[in-house]
Amino acid sequence: MPDVTKTATAVEDAVATPSVDASAPAAKQEKARSLWGDAWADLRRNPYFIVSSILIALLLLVSAWPTLFTSASPTAGDLVHHFLSKPELSKVGSPEWLGYDQQGRSVYARLIHGTRASVTVGVAVTAIVTILGGVLGMIAGYFGGWVDALLSRLTDVFFGIPFLLGSMVVLQAFVERTVWVVVFALAFLGWTQITRVMRGAVITVKQADYVHAAKALGAGTVRILFRHILPNAMAPVIVVATIALGGYISAEATLSFLGLGLAAPTVSWGVDISAGVAQIRVAPHVLLWPSIMLSLTVLAFIMLGEAVRNALDPKLR
Amino acid sequence: MGRYVARRLLQMIPVFLGTTLLIFLMVHSLPGDPVLAMFGDKGADPATLAAKRHELGLDRSLPVQYVTYMRDMILHLDFGTQIRNGLPVTDVLGGAFPITLQLAALAFAIELVFGIGLGIIGGLRAGRLADNLILIFTLLIISIPVFVLGYIIKMVFAFNLGWIAPNVSTEPVLSEMIAPAIVLGGLSLAYVARLTRTSMAENLRADYMRTAVAKGLPRRRVIGVHLMRNSMIPVVTFLGTDIGALMGGAVVTEAIFNIHGVGGVIADSISRREGATLVGLVTILVIVYLVTSLLIDLLYAVLDPRIRYA
Amino acid sequence: MSITDKTAAVPAPRGGDHTGPLLEVKDLHVEFHTRDGVAKAVNGVNYSVNAGETLAVLGESGSGKSVTAQAVMGILDMPPGKIPQGEILFRGEDMLKMSEEERRKIRGRKIAMIFQDALSSLNPVLNVGYQLGEMFRVHHGMSKKDAKVKAIELMDKVKIPAAKARVNDYPHQFSGGMRQRIMIAMALALEPDLIIADEPTTALDVTVQAQVMDLLAELQQEYNMGLILITHDLGVVADVADKIAVMYAGRIVEQAPVHELYKRPAHPYTRGLLDSIPRLDQKGQELYAIKGLPPNLLKVPTGCAFNPRCPKADDICRTEIPALVPVTEQDGADLPGRKSACHFWKETIHG
Repeated sequence: MPDVTKTATAVEDAVATPSVDASAPAAKQEKARSLWGDAWADLRRNPYFIVSSILIALLLLVSAWPTLFTSASPTAGDLVHHFLSKPELSKVGSPEWLGYDQQGRSVYARLIHGTRASVTVGVAVTAIVTILGGVLGMIAGYFGGWVDALLSRLTDVFFGIPFLLGSMVVLQAFVERTVWVVVFALAFLGWTQITRVMRGAVITVKQADYVHAAKALGAGTVRILFRHILPNAMAPVIVVATIALGGYISAEATLSFLGLGLAAPTVSWGVDISAGVAQIRVAPHVLLWPSIMLSLTVLAFIMLGEAVRNALDPKLR
Repeated sequence: MGRYVARRLLQMIPVFLGTTLLIFLMVHSLPGDPVLAMFGDKGADPATLAAKRHELGLDRSLPVQYVTYMRDMILHLDFGTQIRNGLPVTDVLGGAFPITLQLAALAFAIELVFGIGLGIIGGLRAGRLADNLILIFTLLIISIPVFVLGYIIKMVFAFNLGWIAPNVSTEPVLSEMIAPAIVLGGLSLAYVARLTRTSMAENLRADYMRTAVAKGLPRRRVIGVHLMRNSMIPVVTFLGTDIGALMGGAVVTEAIFNIHGVGGVIADSISRREGATLVGLVTILVIVYLVTSLLIDLLYAVLDPRIRYA
Repeated sequence: MSITDKTAAVPAPRGGDHTGPLLEVKDLHVEFHTRDGVAKAVNGVNYSVNAGETLAVLGESGSGKSVTAQAVMGILDMPPGKIPQGEILFRGEDMLKMSEEERRKIRGRKIAMIFQDALSSLNPVLNVGYQLGEMFRVHHGMSKKDAKVKAIELMDKVKIPAAKARVNDYPHQFSGGMRQRIMIAMALALEPDLIIADEPTTALDVTVQAQVMDLLAELQQEYNMGLILITHDLGVVADVADKIAVMYAGRIVEQAPVHELYKRPAHPYTRGLLDSIPRLDQKGQELYAIKGLPPNLLKVPTGCAFNPRCPKADDICRTEIPALVPVTEQDGADLPGRKSACHFWKETIHG
């Protein structure tokens, strides 16, 4: 019987459970490197990894201490600054650098202060779905039988509802849409992907000889799960979770754009983009900068995920 | 094979019921009263409201409502009526689906042709300039949120170049749909390209490829038959699951280009709490999803003889 | 799937007008450019095979025996592989100077190859009849239907039971031995002049190994083909080979007619290999093992590459690369076909 996980998504399919390449004749014989050690050696030289790591570090810094980057307020508008006045691209880092929006607020300040919302949503949703989906996937994959059947059908049920549509319905249930409401709405349907990936990985790893060996030596279920299976099933989950993080940030903005995500007075890129759409012809910069930041952030996480995948999968080298 | 299909069909029943129940409960837990909203600011006396509720069956308990709804749908293909205007939901969906289907089909065709095409180029030139350019292109497409991509295309091609109209007309011709289809299919196109590329690059190193060369087969046969037959398996799988996703994802594209399809109905019925419409719509999408995933699994067996169905 | 290539269907008469050896490898070098540096996989290999003759190439993994064969076959991955110097003469013509199209026409038709792991070497998604018939369709422009008939004949030839019923089966549906027979059938399809068998029995059960080797030897005789048998298993070699070349770190370290080599090895490495074969009459004693590890091809030891593992190593072994020189009897009489690349070959063979 084919596995449902096989027919999930491209991301899942492209992540093969790493196998150790035994036939590399030129491998350094002086010291045997582990899969993770090998992956790290590969990552360190990967320009995509370096660029994305720096970008992500920067984003985290901006979202933690936005005032380090601008002293201007993102919410205090002054209509003295007309949004049609030309952005002063030479004044890097000043409030007028990227121009003003319709309410005379500094686009740059809003960009900086809007980072936190996007990063928080991405990180929080990813953390929740990885833990929840990881646990469920591990249970389903390891125990099999009716537990698996039940959890798999449950996953199917949640997977069957289109992601965006489902999130829209959930969000509609809340009057005040804070960051955490958005996190809940995205995690509500988002956990299925990780569950499927984890389940597939655990099923593969479960059949490995070293797991049988551990069982034969009398290791308990918990020990087998956490010492033997989890470390070896983690790789595809990490890759999918990293790439999905970018997707959640994008989804948050999309929901704002549809009028169902974060809304003013919350400062976020999605809010600014949907506000900027109205002035797309006269003041494209209001739309442009948050769009660029958003895309760059998503790109950083996707690049990181891709780099990690390539490093973990010897077949792709 | 027959037994496998039967078992899969049986497994679909709980998933189908579960998904419809889930969306049903989600919609009905939304705050606000659609019947009250129907009368607008004027309001109405409680007796009228109660009568209306009774007429729509909204005064019954949720489980009863769900069972009634599903019974009517399965037995009579009756998806209920819209609260606002009393139109049958089947009519509303029947009016909206064709255009979304057109859009999704066109997007699918674009994704198929260009996604696989770019993937093949990248896979055969793995590690070289063309491959890296395609990698960067696909990463960019994946990173740019759909609605941003939509506005970029709208800005450039409609406002700056004037090649297309910013909004699609009510009775759109095929050429008008190309830009929206590119926006809708862009993300999947990038995924298909990446998947094809990865799959080809991986299979290029397979032992049977070496055998094919050693047999003295010409390059186009080595690639066209031996490599492609193996590399397309994961791609076909992805393409299959994507058909349903395209239809569900059309909501953003339709909003950007002002297309009156399923997306509009979704947005509308969420904000007006049109439970019957939403549940009916999700039901159709779920059926599409379940049927395509079964077909994909069966196709999988045709493409890969190592898969056996017991 | 209608790509059929019509290529000239007139095979050159067997033997041709060329008189020398069927295949001659001269001073072949192969290197791989990897992230960690240049790996010199083959460093000046010379060998030759005549029609009807079997050459066994012996060595552990990484000795360059498979790489040499792949270079002959023209299926090296280039890059990262590179052939900086050398000649590969097939019927006196240097294949390294041929166009890709000319080489392609030799592959499969004149020189065929059998790989070690038949399961991964056969295409998993095409049935065996298709894969066998493809040889006839591509090289002889045969129709799909005729090719299938030929495929069944071939399967009969390599003694696959119920060939007709199994022709549409897929590789994974066959047992290991049967799969290897299919590989052999595929190599034999166009009755080539030379077959290169790269560890054809390594992946098989011992009992099946003998059957497959016998089949190969039988068919070789029938068609009077040259055979290059690549292996690390001395036991396989003894029965079928005419002559042996022992490779170490990309060089041939010893060459000899098969029985000579077993009787009197002229290189410490060969001696080590022979001593590490378990023998019934030495039951209970500790089995000999060559100490140390195969050399790292990125950093081949100076002098004789075997010197860090050699029990006889002396100063000269660490500085000077020994040449492959003819080996003689103690009294200086010729030993035809025998060569050794050891500074102390005399002591090794006579001592």
